Amino acid sequence: MIELKNISKTFKVAQRSAGFSEAVKALFKKEYTYVNALRDVSFTVQDGEMVGYIGPNGAGKSSTVKVMSGILTPDSGECIIDGLTPWKSRKEHVKNIGVVFGQRSQLWWDVPVIDSFELLRDIYKVDESGYKKTLSALTEQLNIGDIIKTPVRQLSLGQRMRCEIAASLLHSPKILFLDEPTIGLDAVSKIAVRDFIKTLNRENGTTVILTTHDMQDIEALTERILLIGKGRILLDGTLSQLKNRHSTHKTLTVDYIGEKLPEAENMTVVKDMGGHAEIVIDTSLISVSQAVAQISASVELKDISVTGESVDETVVSLYKEFNI
Amino acid sequence: MKKYLSFFRIRFIAGLQYRAAAWGGIATQFAWGFLTILMYRAFYETSADSFPMTFSALSTYIWLQQALLAMFMFWYFDNEIFEGITSGTIAYELCRPCNLYSMWFVKNMAVRLSRAVLRCVPILLVAAFLPDPYGISLPQSFEAGALFLISVILGFLVLVSLSMLVYISAFYTISTQGIRMLATSVMEFLCGAVIPIPFFPVVLQRVMYVLPFASVQSTPFLIYTGYINGIEALHSIGLQAIWLVLLMTAGILLMKCSLRKIVVQGG
Repeated sequence: MIELKNISKTFKVAQRSAGFSEAVKALFKKEYTYVNALRDVSFTVQDGEMVGYIGPNGAGKSSTVKVMSGILTPDSGECIIDGLTPWKSRKEHVKNIGVVFGQRSQLWWDVPVIDSFELLRDIYKVDESGYKKTLSALTEQLNIGDIIKTPVRQLSLGQRMRCEIAASLLHSPKILFLDEPTIGLDAVSKIAVRDFIKTLNRENGTTVILTTHDMQDIEALTERILLIGKGRILLDGTLSQLKNRHSTHKTLTVDYIGEKLPEAENMTVVKDMGGHAEIVIDTSLISVSQAVAQISASVELKDISVTGESVDETVVSLYKEFNI
Repeated sequence: MKKYLSFFRIRFIAGLQYRAAAWGGIATQFAWGFLTILMYRAFYETSADSFPMTFSALSTYIWLQQALLAMFMFWYFDNEIFEGITSGTIAYELCRPCNLYSMWFVKNMAVRLSRAVLRCVPILLVAAFLPDPYGISLPQSFEAGALFLISVILGFLVLVSLSMLVYISAFYTISTQGIRMLATSVMEFLCGAVIPIPFFPVVLQRVMYVLPFASVQSTPFLIYTGYINGIEALHSIGLQAIWLVLLMTAGILLMKCSLRKIVVQGG
C-alpha cells in the first residue's frame, strides 16, 4: 500500500533578468525564488490498483514519483510504501519497485540490451531460474525477442521503450512507477505498451502509477485518476466521474431527410448543412432520448451518433476550473 | 559483491568497444614517450651526474607511465557520471538497491582498466625491444617486482578515490569544468606525471612525498625502477594504504551528505 500524507517540497531556483549588467550583478548577489513543487500532497493507493497521475507540465507529477521512489527527500510530510519510508530505507525500498522514466534511459548505450538485463539481474540478485522465466515472459509479451541482442544505440525509440519497461520489471516489483512511458512513441508501440501494462496489472496484480500527458493512455488504462496542479492534488476520482462532472454537453451528429430541424432552447444547432447537422445538447436540461424524440418528430432520421466530451477536453476544462 | 562484479564487467565490455580510439591513443603515447626520452637525453648528455636517476631507469619510468596512462592520468574522467548528475540519469542509479559510491568506484575502475588493457600491451612489448638505455628494463629484483604489483594496485585505488571526490563535487556545482581543470593541473604536477618527483628540489620532494598525489603513480614506478627500495618501499606502500582509507572515508561521507539534499534535475 502506498500512503502519502502532507508531502511538501520547495525548490530554490536561481533567477536573474536578461542583460549584461544583470549578469554581472548576479555574480555578487544571486536572487532566488522558491517554487512550491509539492504542497500538502496526500493520497492512498491500494495494492493492485492502477492510478493515472495527470497534470500540466511543472505540476509536480515527476516530483511525486521521485519522492515515492526514494530519490527526492521532501521537506515535510510522510510517505509509507509497504511499511517503508522511501528516502530513509532507500535500498530496501527500491527492491520492491520498478521505475520507468520515459525521458531517460537505464540501458547501456553501447552494449546489447541483454547485457543490461543481466546486469540488472545481478544488481537485484534475481536467481537464475526466476530470471529466465521472467525474461521469457517479458520478451514474449513485449515482443522484444529479436532485438535484445542488438546494441541499444541501434534501436528505435519504440523498441527501446519496450526494452526499458522490460528492464524495470526483471525483478518482478510489486509496484511500478511509469513516468511518461509513451512519450514520443508511434501508435503501434503505444498500443503495445498499453496492452502490456494492462495485462501486467491484471495478471500479476502489480500496482501501477502512471504519469502521462497522453489522455488516451489514461482512458485505456486507469480507472482512478489523480489530478495535480501547482503542487496540489486537485481531484481524486474515477475517470467517468470526472467526465460526467465536467461534461454535461453532448454532441448529436445526425443525417436526416426533411425540411427543418426543430428549434428548442435546450438544443443548439451548431452546424446544419441540409441533411447533415451537429446539435449540442445540455444533458442536465434534456436527456438524449428526449432530444432524439424531438428531432425525429420533425424530420426523418437516417443516422445518428452521440459523442461526449473527449478526455482531453475534460482535462482542459479541469485546468480552467482550477486556474492552473 | 556479485552485482559490483557484473557492473565492472559491463562497463569493461563497453570500454573495449572503442578500438580506434585505442590505436590512436597508442600512437600518441609512443610519440609522447619518445619525445620525452629524447628531451631528457639532451639533458643527460650535458651532465649525467647531476640527475638523481640513471638514464635507463628514467626511460623505464617514462614507458611505464605511457603504458599505464589510462590507469593513472587524472584527466581520464568518466563523462557518463558527470552527465548523469547534470542531466538526471542518476535518477535510475538511485533506484537501484546499491551503494552509489561503490557503484561509481567500480565503474571508474572499469573505465580506466578497459582503456589501459587495450593500450598497455603493445606499448610494453615495443618498449621492451628498444635498445638499452631507451627501452624498458625488468624490475631491479624479484622483490621490487612483487612490491611494484602491490603498489600499483594501491596507487590505482588511491587515484580512483581521488577522482571520486571530483565526481561528488558535481552535486554541488552544476558545471564541473573548473574543478576538473584545477584538480587536474595540481594533480599532474604533484604526482610526478610532468617531471618525476626525484627531479624536484629536496624541500619540495619532502612535502610532495607525504601528499596523497605521490601515492598514485610515483610510488609504484619508483619502486619498479629501484629508486625506492627495501624498508623505504614498505613505508611508501603503508602511506599509500593510509591515503586510500582516508580518501575513501572522505568520499563516502561526502556522498552521504550530498545524497540527502540531492535534486534530480529535469522533468
